[in-house]
Amino acid sequence: MNYNWDWGVFFKSTGVGSEIYLDWYVAGLGWTIAIAVVAWIIALLLGSILGVMRTVPNRLVSGIATCYVELFRNVPLLVQLFIWYFLVPDLLPADMQEWYKQDLNPTTSAYLSVVVCLGLFTAARVCEQVRTGIQALPRGQESAARAMGFKLPQIYWNVLLPQAYRIIIPPLTSEFLNVFKNSSVASLIGLMELLAQTKQTAEFSANLFEAFTLATLIYFTLNMSLMLLMRMVEKKVAVPGLISVGGK
Amino acid sequence: MEFDFTGIIPAIPGLWNGMVMTLKLMALGVVGGIILGTILALMRLSHNKLVSNIAGAYVNYFRSIPLLLVITWFYLAVPFVLRWITGEDTPIGAFGSCVVAFMMFEAAYFCEIVRAGVQSIPKGQMGAAQALGMNYGQVMRLIILPQAFRKMTPLLLQQSIILFQDTSLVYTVGLVDFLNASRANGDIIGRSNEFLIIAGLVYFTISFAASLLVKRLQKRFAV
Repeated sequence: MNYNWDWGVFFKSTGVGSEIYLDWYVAGLGWTIAIAVVAWIIALLLGSILGVMRTVPNRLVSGIATCYVELFRNVPLLVQLFIWYFLVPDLLPADMQEWYKQDLNPTTSAYLSVVVCLGLFTAARVCEQVRTGIQALPRGQESAARAMGFKLPQIYWNVLLPQAYRIIIPPLTSEFLNVFKNSSVASLIGLMELLAQTKQTAEFSANLFEAFTLATLIYFTLNMSLMLLMRMVEKKVAVPGLISVGGK
Repeated sequence: MEFDFTGIIPAIPGLWNGMVMTLKLMALGVVGGIILGTILALMRLSHNKLVSNIAGAYVNYFRSIPLLLVITWFYLAVPFVLRWITGEDTPIGAFGSCVVAFMMFEAAYFCEIVRAGVQSIPKGQMGAAQALGMNYGQVMRLIILPQAFRKMTPLLLQQSIILFQDTSLVYTVGLVDFLNASRANGDIIGRSNEFLIIAGLVYFTISFAASLLVKRLQKRFAV
C-alpha cells in the first residue's frame, strides 16, 4: 500500500474524452448547486406556508402542519430519498409511471426525486424557524393590526411575516447551508454531484487524499461565502430596536 | 401496484440484526463524540489562543462538510492512515472506519453544545471553587462540567436522535445497518417497497418517541 502524492492530479487527463479531473469537479459543483437552490426554493415556499399554518388560531390547520413537521423530521433523509426515488414512482398512474421510468433519462428522474425529497425535508425545518420567528414577535403587533381593521391574511402578509423573516435569517442561513451538505445524498441514487465526482476521481486516479481534500475545500469555501453573504443581508435588513432573537 | 406485507415476518431476525448494528453505531458515535467534543470544548474555552483556534478550526471544518463525505473518505483513507501509523496492514473494515467518522464528525457538534453549556454556568462558580483552593482541572471536573452536563442533557439527546437517523448513511459503504438490512431483505423477495415503508415507520416511531421523551426531560431537567 504505497501512496504516491500528486497535487497536480486535478489537471491530468481522466482518460475519458479530453476531460481533466477538474472538469469533473466543476460539473459536480454545478449539480450540487442546481439541487440545493431548487430544493431551497421549494423548502422556503412550503416551509413558510406551514410555518404560518402552525401559528394560525385554528386547531385543524395547525395540527396538519404539526403532523407534517413531525413526519418529515423523524424519518432519516436517506429513507425519504429512497421513498421518493423507488416507491413514489410505482404509485403514479400507469402513463405517468411509464413517462417517469422510461421517457426521462436516469439523471433527470434522479434529479427530480432528490429536489422534491430535499425540498420537502427542509420545509419541515424552515416551518419551525418561521413559526419561531412569528411567535417571537410581541403580541401587541397582532392586536394593533387587528384594531386597525386588518384581516388575518393582511396581518400575516403586512405585519408579522416581514418582521419574522428578518429575525430568523441566522437560523435560515444554517438551514440553507444544510441543503448544500444534504444534497450529497444524491450521489447514492447515481446523480453525479460533487461527492460522486470526488469518489470517481479517487477511484480513477488513486489519489484519494488529494481528491477528497479538494472536495472538502470546495464545500468549505461554499459554506463560508454563503455565510458571509447572509451576514451582509442580515445587517441590511435588521429590525431596528431588536436584539437578534431566535435560533443560533 | 399492490402491497403485500406478509414477507416482513420471516425477515424480522435479519432486520433486528440491522437494528442492533444501527444502535451500536449510534452508541459508539455518541460516547466517542461526547468525549472528544468535551475535550474540544475545553480547548475552545482555553485562554491559550493557539489551542482555542485549533479547536475552532476543527469545529468549523467538520460543520461545513457533509457527513456522507466524511464517511466515504474515512472508509477509503483510514486503512492508509493506519498503515502509516503502525507500519503494517491493519484491517479495520467498514464498521471501524464508520465509527471513527461518526465520532470525529459528531464531536464538532457536541463541542458546540458542551461549550454553550459551560458558558451558561455563572462565573461566580469558578471563582468560588478557586477560592476553595481547587485547581483548574478540579474546578472543571467537580464543579462546572457536572452542572453543565445536566443543563445540556436534552440537547445532547436531541443530537443523538439526529445521529440515530444519520447512521443510515453507512449504506454508502455497504455496512448492514437497519436501512440496508431492510433493503436487502426486501430485494430478495421482490418486495422492496413494503420493506422501505416498514423501515420508514420504524425510524419514525423510534425518533418520534425519543423526541417526546426528550421534551419531557427538558421540563424535568430545567436547572
